Amino acid sequence: MKEITVLSGKGGTGKTSITAGLASIAEDTVFCDSDVDAADLHLILKPKILNKNIFDGAWVASIDQELCNHCGLCKEHCRFDAIHINEHEQHVINAYQCDGCRLCERICPAQAITSKRSVKNFWYISKSRFGTMIHAEMGPGEENSGKLVSQVRKVAKEKAKEQKASIILNDGPPGIGCPVISALTGSQEVLLVIEPSKSGLHDIKRLISLVQQFKIPMKAIINKYDINLEISQEIEDYLEEESIPLVEKLCFDRKFVDAMIQGKSIVEYAPESENAKAIQNIWRNLNH
Amino acid sequence: MSYKIAIASGKGGTGKTSVSVNLLQQFSHALDVTLVDCDVEEPNDHLFLPQSKFLKSEEEFLQVAQINTNNCTYCRRCVEYCEFNAITVIPPLEFAKINADLCHSCGACLVACEEDAIIESPSHIGETRFNQVFALSKLIEGRLKIGSPMQTKLISKLKKKALAENKRITLFDAPPGTSCPVVETIADTDYVIMVTEPTPFGLHDLKLGIHLIQEMNIPFGIIINKAGGPFKDTMEYIQSNHFELLAEIPFSKEYASIYSRGDLLTNAPQEFLDIYRQIGNTLIEKMKIYEGNHRS
Repeated sequence: MKEITVLSGKGGTGKTSITAGLASIAEDTVFCDSDVDAADLHLILKPKILNKNIFDGAWVASIDQELCNHCGLCKEHCRFDAIHINEHEQHVINAYQCDGCRLCERICPAQAITSKRSVKNFWYISKSRFGTMIHAEMGPGEENSGKLVSQVRKVAKEKAKEQKASIILNDGPPGIGCPVISALTGSQEVLLVIEPSKSGLHDIKRLISLVQQFKIPMKAIINKYDINLEISQEIEDYLEEESIPLVEKLCFDRKFVDAMIQGKSIVEYAPESENAKAIQNIWRNLNH
Repeated sequence: MSYKIAIASGKGGTGKTSVSVNLLQQFSHALDVTLVDCDVEEPNDHLFLPQSKFLKSEEEFLQVAQINTNNCTYCRRCVEYCEFNAITVIPPLEFAKINADLCHSCGACLVACEEDAIIESPSHIGETRFNQVFALSKLIEGRLKIGSPMQTKLISKLKKKALAENKRITLFDAPPGTSCPVVETIADTDYVIMVTEPTPFGLHDLKLGIHLIQEMNIPFGIIINKAGGPFKDTMEYIQSNHFELLAEIPFSKEYASIYSRGDLLTNAPQEFLDIYRQIGNTLIEKMKIYEGNHRS
């Protein structure tokens, strides 16, 4: 079984549109959306949810005003500046600043502080028209430390084993921080979706250094290559230097948005288009 | 007291950076501004400000805990206190170690340890870069060390340094998404600009972002970037909820190409500059009201 993770560094380069295109031709594949922070793959795959699960989020502390004796010990110890004194002279915790370390709860001499786990995160096992899909929904402002990403990937792996699937296609998050590290570790291959802009190139270089630290083989595609032919060439040269094979170049095409509006992948919406053919080719290449 | 504006989006690639550097330019005609690039994983603002002059860089560290095994009695109290599973203590092997990548630097283990066996030492998480741009403004950029999972901690340090500049306006260019790095960026700001693109993905992520901002109780307005396509639901959503629409910026392949070269500020078509001037004026009005309310 091979797990392929789609990443880009910069957001908005077309990861999800291309993943959806690949999904519509993939066989024996389980799909996984590890961009749990702003999950969009389900908007095209429109999966039927078979199984909804709560994911225990981070702890959040709160102070019982009846019990608090205003000693201020919690505020003194909190390293996240999450404890404030409000207009009624009460000590209160800002849930968005609370890191969930529970130190205040342990040291409060009046035992006025309790913590609860956030229950605003969910993960799903679903069925789409292309096959099984594992995805998640994170409540706004939740801590994305990568634990929910690890969870969806773990379940995708279990499902793939159960179904004897040969591939897991994993739509990753933007950036290079902890959610990306969680989406990356243990993948067999990374597919880079690069946009030919100064930012696209800058960001992919940082991502490539990260992936190299994990020693995971990469393949690349340039999306909207005709937006800037000069930078596209610069990217091609850079990929060659880094010995990363360039699999395809996709042209700028408004049909991607038209397809998205219809809830379809580009391959379903415009099967004869250049880009649909390019995506077929990418899939063949990934299967090697 | 600086008027603090965050530029956020939910979805990546909608145009946060374009909006940020254009507003920096608009405001800098008349005011002193700090633009803070809080997308520390992939900071891009500097690419669009080639005229900026590098001033200095400061390395950023997080104090992470370590165990001095000479003093450790292997009681495991620190393990119980650590909510992040960063500590491993195996008494029979006299093994005690803290995983620096998992340590949140909360200080709980220091309180737990009664033997003075825990010490803190700095762990490198990235850098803050200061640049002079236009006559009176600054670009302050955070760059996360590649491989560090501590982006939110870096943003928090970056924001403190940026606010110490005390410029009339501080602009925070947020990372994509709606999770903790975004919360850290927009917390305590006075106004949030949500930049969206009129596509089903854009709208879905815009709703997530607005949900967050409403929970945090911060006033906000929306810019529809790359406007003019066939998808009308975004506009309907904004109108039916009576949200403030700051501007629609039309899609243009020419502008996309200018963007790709990093040439935004010197070569933008007049139509775009006019839109940014109008957005800038709207925001300056808001700033004046804010300043009026905070004058003591």
